[in-house]
Amino acid sequence: MKSDSLAKPQVHLQQRELQDKVIAASRPAAAAPAKHVRQPPPSWHIFAEGSLRIVAMSAIAAVILIFAFVAKEALPLLFSGSVHKEVTLRTMWTAQQWPGYDAADHIWQPVSDIPKYGIWPLIFGTVKVSIVAMLVAVPLGVGAAVYVSQYASRRMREIIKPTIELLAGVPSVVLGFFALMVMASWLQSWLGLESRLNALVAGIALSFAIIPLIFTISEEALGAVPRSYVEASTALGAARWQTIVRVLVPAASPGIAAAVALGLGRAVGETMVVLMASGNAAITSLSFVESVRTLSATIAAELAEVVFGGPHYTVLFYLGTVLFITTFGINLLGDYAIVRMKKSLGVSS
Amino acid sequence: MSTAPAVDNARPKLTVKDLCVFYGSKKALGPVSMEIPEKRVTALIGPSGCGKSTFLRSLNRMNELIPACRMEGSVTLDEQAIYGPGTDAVMVRRRIGMVFQRSNPFPKSIFENVAYGLRIGGMGNGSDLSGRVERALRQSALWEEVKDRLNESALGMSGGQQQRLCIARALAVEPEVLLMDEPASALDPIATAHIEELINELSDGYTVVIVTHNMQQAARVSDYTAFFYMGDLIEVANTQVLFTKPSQSRTEDYITGRFG
Amino acid sequence: MIVRRWRGRVGDAALVISTGAATLLVLLILAILVIDVVRGGSARLSWGFLTKAPTEGMTAGGVFPAIFGTVAMVILMTIAVVPAGVATAIYLHEYADRQAPLTRIIRIAVNNLAGVPSIVFGLFGLGFFIQFVGGGIDKVFFGGSKVLGQPALLWASLTMAVLTLPVVIVATEEALRSVPRELREASLALGATKFQTVLNVVLPQATPGIMTGTILAISRGAGEVAPILFTGAAYYLPQLPWYPNSQFMHLGYHVYVLATQSPDVDAAKPLLYSTVLVLLAVTFVLNLSAFVVRSRMRHRFAGASS
Repeated sequence: MKSDSLAKPQVHLQQRELQDKVIAASRPAAAAPAKHVRQPPPSWHIFAEGSLRIVAMSAIAAVILIFAFVAKEALPLLFSGSVHKEVTLRTMWTAQQWPGYDAADHIWQPVSDIPKYGIWPLIFGTVKVSIVAMLVAVPLGVGAAVYVSQYASRRMREIIKPTIELLAGVPSVVLGFFALMVMASWLQSWLGLESRLNALVAGIALSFAIIPLIFTISEEALGAVPRSYVEASTALGAARWQTIVRVLVPAASPGIAAAVALGLGRAVGETMVVLMASGNAAITSLSFVESVRTLSATIAAELAEVVFGGPHYTVLFYLGTVLFITTFGINLLGDYAIVRMKKSLGVSS
Repeated sequence: MSTAPAVDNARPKLTVKDLCVFYGSKKALGPVSMEIPEKRVTALIGPSGCGKSTFLRSLNRMNELIPACRMEGSVTLDEQAIYGPGTDAVMVRRRIGMVFQRSNPFPKSIFENVAYGLRIGGMGNGSDLSGRVERALRQSALWEEVKDRLNESALGMSGGQQQRLCIARALAVEPEVLLMDEPASALDPIATAHIEELINELSDGYTVVIVTHNMQQAARVSDYTAFFYMGDLIEVANTQVLFTKPSQSRTEDYITGRFG
Repeated sequence: MIVRRWRGRVGDAALVISTGAATLLVLLILAILVIDVVRGGSARLSWGFLTKAPTEGMTAGGVFPAIFGTVAMVILMTIAVVPAGVATAIYLHEYADRQAPLTRIIRIAVNNLAGVPSIVFGLFGLGFFIQFVGGGIDKVFFGGSKVLGQPALLWASLTMAVLTLPVVIVATEEALRSVPRELREASLALGATKFQTVLNVVLPQATPGIMTGTILAISRGAGEVAPILFTGAAYYLPQLPWYPNSQFMHLGYHVYVLATQSPDVDAAKPLLYSTVLVLLAVTFVLNLSAFVVRSRMRHRFAGASS
């Protein structure tokens, strides 16, 4: 039965031996071209490969250098006697009794007869603006991500996604311009506000920069959830909204958390929008409709006028160090939260 | 549990001794000892997962691309150890060529695909470049079909043509051994027949080792067949002998379709 | 049963409407922004606007020097960032051992670099490039006189290069990932070295992705202002920045100053709007082309690997 198809090899083999002998005898070696000599690759390749590793460390070098050189200019705050005459770490972080004031208070007023460097008003300002920005950006960003990934048709997705990415490309200075020229007046007349430029305006404008970020990452996270989860939930009789809210969003929560963390980091560090739209008055209050000063805007606004190497200069670099550490910390916390969330979902990272 | 074929007087081109392949701590293959005779076609058969592809890839050091892979034992090509401290994997791969299961032409022109190996080897500006390309394409029975469109993209060819192009590409560097990992499994019967015809012709000048899950194909094209099962080499013999009078019961079970 | 279905329907409707509204709102924001800028800025927009210098205290004329300065800075920045970013991505994707500590540290560094506030980059430019490197060069080669130790085109470009490094790295890595493994295997099996494979097979395939990264980096470079506030941007310069140690005008910086420090905001408004329009148009064109390149690349490989 099988021997028919297998009969060939035997003949094949005998023919083979015969062929070998015939070929060896008859084929003139000159018919084939000379075997080409295989050369090793050019030597510059080795040099290039080696330098790849070194260049790859440039990212590490950059982070280290940034921290080192910003912190370096802030060191006099800790160690220099002449700087300490005007300001110390303690006077920055604790309430000070200034002449002419009823009680000890945190005040930021570096340009005055008696320079005051209370840092808390700036921190307050940063927190207020960031809260407003996140309160607007997270619902809008995540909401739009849910819509685009779950409800939008293919064509709609192909139009909406690039459009939102366009918003991501708008420079922050243009957002600040828009807030300053258009939104501020509009909000003021709509809400009857006293200060035209305040935390609300700045926060809303800031959210425009963060929304695309949160949207893009959340949308990808929602799209990456395995279809089997959705199918299982639907097969159990859940309504569409229940599947989305109870299964999809939780399953995508590591990605959404990453988006939020990144957005928060951006909010804390953003400069131009707040510089142009927050009013730049270092006031500590719980109101969101008063002018504020953030850490980043302070550096940007005041560095141009300081005496190089003086106390004010050093303090500004100290603010920069604080900002760097804060955003570094937010990123690390975000990464950690994501790892924890992935574990609790049973996903291998 | 292996034998070297002794009937034919072809001398061994590749000698494998006590070869073991580990993925991490798990042993995937071995120990295997066998000889691959020169200018013959040797087929490797066995059920999926039996280690035949792993074995094939250890012959040209392609297993090293897998991070957790570890090898023991030796493979020699014409008395030269392939896995020696002084042996360069790159040089090994120029003497031992490989054709993959799914054709993988570069997104370049037909000519550039075939010329790639030559250019890499420093032959880029030789006047003989087009001559060698033509020769390789003739050897893989593709020349007549593509001689007028050498500058067109290789991706525009049919599956069977692409696989023959990959064979031509491998032949252009004039390897001594050609390893083929299920070269026709992704092709339709007509294209498969072309490839099998090609293998028959190639064995005049090259040592061919071919992995196949198709026993009839092994019977059609090969001179020797080795049967692998669960990471071990069970039997190796002349194809005729293996398929009609196998000496191991497991071989017989596989061949008669009792499993796999 | 009926109650549950009804609850489901209401819930469904509520979710669609609320998320749809969110999406609409986001798109609306962009639309209002664009319409406002176009309305306010198109009046003054003309060929002359793009090619002349500002006059009459920034209330008339054009913004050519700002365009020139932006382009000059972006060119220097690109020359610095693209080789470094591409090399880093190649190392990370093709050579590095995934588990090695060095690889992990590099990735952490890239992620954190992406999160550093832009004003901190400005401080870095000031403290490192201007004081340390520039000042050092001045001491060694120019006997202490201020040649390079001051705000300059060169330092602003390098600062921006560090800022955009993560953008190029991430885009290049995505491009490298999209090259199918089989192509690399085919090349190696023919006896090519890893470097030859990268050079001859992987990089040509990855070029669209690298271009995307470059375009996005350029877009950031044209728009970011905080890093260049103290490292080289200036409001009004009599000359174009022909030397690496010149200061330069910049579209984004120009918008900032016009908007916040004009003595007569109303008079400067038309010029301001037109400048914003130019900046926005440039950014949009760059971002759209990056998107087109990227989606074409994705479609191409989605088709090839099926």
